[in-house]
Amino acid sequence: MAIHIDPLEKKWIIMSAAMVLLAWLIILYFAAVKDVHPPSNVEVIDSARLHLDSGIGGGEFAEDKLGVRQDPDGTIVVTIVAARYGFYPQHVEVPVDTPVKFRMASFDVLHGVLIPFSNMNTMIVPGYIAEVTSSFTQLGDFPVICQEYCGLAHAYMYGMIKIVPKDEFKLIARAN
Amino acid sequence: MTESTLSSRDIALSEESTNTTNKLAFWNFFIAFAAFALALPMGAYQVLERSGMVPAIENAAVYYASTSTHGVLMAYVLSTFFIMGFGYHTAVHSLKQKLWSPTFAWAGFWIAAIGVVLAAIPLLTGHASVLYTFYPPEIAHPSFYIGAALLVVGSWFWCIDMVVSTVTWKRANPGKPVPLVMYGTVLNAMLWLWTSIGVASEVLFQLIPVSMGWADSLDPGLSRVLFSETLHAIVYFWLFPCYLVMYAILPKEAGGKLFSDEIARVAFVMLFIFSVPIGMHHLYMDPIVAAGWKLLHMFGTFMVAVPTLITGFTIIATLEIAGRLRGGKGLFGWLKTLDYQNPVVLASVFSLLMLTVGGWGGVINASYSLNALVHNTQWVPGHFHLIYGGTTIIMYFAAAYWLWPKITGHQLFSNKLVITQLWLWFVGMWITTIPWHYLGIIGQPRRVDTLQAYQQSEELVRSWDFSMLIMNFGALTLLVSGLLFVYILFMTSRQPMVSDSERVVSYSEAIHPPLQVPHLLNSLSFWNWAMLIYLVASYGYPVLQFWFIGTPESPAWGY
Repeated sequence: MAIHIDPLEKKWIIMSAAMVLLAWLIILYFAAVKDVHPPSNVEVIDSARLHLDSGIGGGEFAEDKLGVRQDPDGTIVVTIVAARYGFYPQHVEVPVDTPVKFRMASFDVLHGVLIPFSNMNTMIVPGYIAEVTSSFTQLGDFPVICQEYCGLAHAYMYGMIKIVPKDEFKLIARAN
Repeated sequence: MTESTLSSRDIALSEESTNTTNKLAFWNFFIAFAAFALALPMGAYQVLERSGMVPAIENAAVYYASTSTHGVLMAYVLSTFFIMGFGYHTAVHSLKQKLWSPTFAWAGFWIAAIGVVLAAIPLLTGHASVLYTFYPPEIAHPSFYIGAALLVVGSWFWCIDMVVSTVTWKRANPGKPVPLVMYGTVLNAMLWLWTSIGVASEVLFQLIPVSMGWADSLDPGLSRVLFSETLHAIVYFWLFPCYLVMYAILPKEAGGKLFSDEIARVAFVMLFIFSVPIGMHHLYMDPIVAAGWKLLHMFGTFMVAVPTLITGFTIIATLEIAGRLRGGKGLFGWLKTLDYQNPVVLASVFSLLMLTVGGWGGVINASYSLNALVHNTQWVPGHFHLIYGGTTIIMYFAAAYWLWPKITGHQLFSNKLVITQLWLWFVGMWITTIPWHYLGIIGQPRRVDTLQAYQQSEELVRSWDFSMLIMNFGALTLLVSGLLFVYILFMTSRQPMVSDSERVVSYSEAIHPPLQVPHLLNSLSFWNWAMLIYLVASYGYPVLQFWFIGTPESPAWGY
């Protein structure tokens, strides 16, 4: 049985479908060609034993491993622990126009990271490692804000990131 | 064609049946609007507290208790009870048959009402400041979760009543299309049954056991995926009655007819099927689900824009018909002749305007690649206050104004005040949410009680100042408007009685009222099977994965 569709209505439905199709195509283009994806690695860690070398996660988030490091392949990696009410380390320094990989884990409850005006935005869920790669284009100091309610002092959970010129960026040597 | 519509109209409901329904509807609305009246000043307080302009009222514990209560009362209590009251009324008057079981309906009402009290006590005393999204592993007092569970269970009674009523009617009227307004209502009931599975599972199997001390730990990843199954379609559960007022009540109130009945059914079915298995766009920024699943949910999320676009078209076309019947000429002349003194007409126009802007914001949120720029910023409360607080609630107001004389028998108190109230709500919602959208874009996080810590980034905080000032005026306008709404309903109960003819409930007709519709546009079971398949495909693996990725679970934390 056919239903009654007004010609004008039919045009509008086609236009609506076209708008949806256009939105899909734009998103697919940026995902497939420009490699723009939301932070989505599924990697577990024992949030209660971040400080230990043994167990799930293998001590990647032990206190002496936190901060900025350069991997043998040249990638700059920032390892951060989020815990009520701060990011550890509280201040990090990374070079401008360089992809920086952030690896973050929660020590306790749900947290999130937001660096305004950048695509640096992710949840930090206890039990999981959050990973985001971002490239900063502007020099200066920027706030690192916890964007998820994590307790009564949540609004005080705050850090800073300093974006420096490439030639001023010096890696503080770390054990291992 | 005319004959059949006439004959179905002639069936009169027994007085007893009408009275039972009116009473049921009234008490459901009563709880809904009492929750609204309690939650409204909290919202205004939160805006003022957060703006930092009155240091004396700054208090994190009060702020988060208030935020949690405001969210639960507005989003869960106001909406659920309104929808139940409206649904019972619709079922009886559109199907012209008595309610399947008033006892069953009252049982649901009391279960949900007891749930509200159990949840409200810890909320108001600061023992459940975990926000209305729960956020484990922070754990609230068990009474909060038990109350929330009872509210959901009580609402299931309503859903079952809607489904049984419709099935009974279909058996008695083989081959006839279910009245449009009831088809939407029953689809919304089924939508809620499907989509509440997520939050019900989270509360029953994770939150209650951990808060009672029966379990030591939970996986917050699983909680978040389960909650996401509820989190998006719940918005359509709230929005559905707002669309139903536009489709079934507005055309008649505006003085015209509904542009299309059949396409409305297509829109309802699409809202049902596409709003549930797409919740993972709330988890775009979560490290617990792989990117492919998020992309899959993105496709469905955009699909659900189609029924909304169709609704926009149908309702505007319907208004145009009414405007032209009232003498409007030319391309836009019909806009001038609409009856803006009619609360349903005025609210519908306001609602559509807010939906247009709010829907555009929703497209940004739904964008797989753009979400990172707005996620958990003040943009998000801006978005959902515009869509829920604006688009949806203004139609709840309109529905209440339309229904109050019919269910209480009293004349509506002062149409002039009613119109003023709707205008204030509309204007106040813009003054509140435009600054919020903007604050989000310029980097202000949501869910913070103070901005003191961010003073270290002086320039950033300075850039927020102006919007932070403006939002206070918006909140104040909304407070005045909301209180005015409650005042109008209260004063109505002291007005003289209306005549019996003014208490007759009748719904709008379409230009071409269908005598028959294709089976699929009258079916319930087909769409339930479709939902099951779509839901398993989109949520099956993302839920099951938690049983084999071996997440070390989190213990309970305070807040």
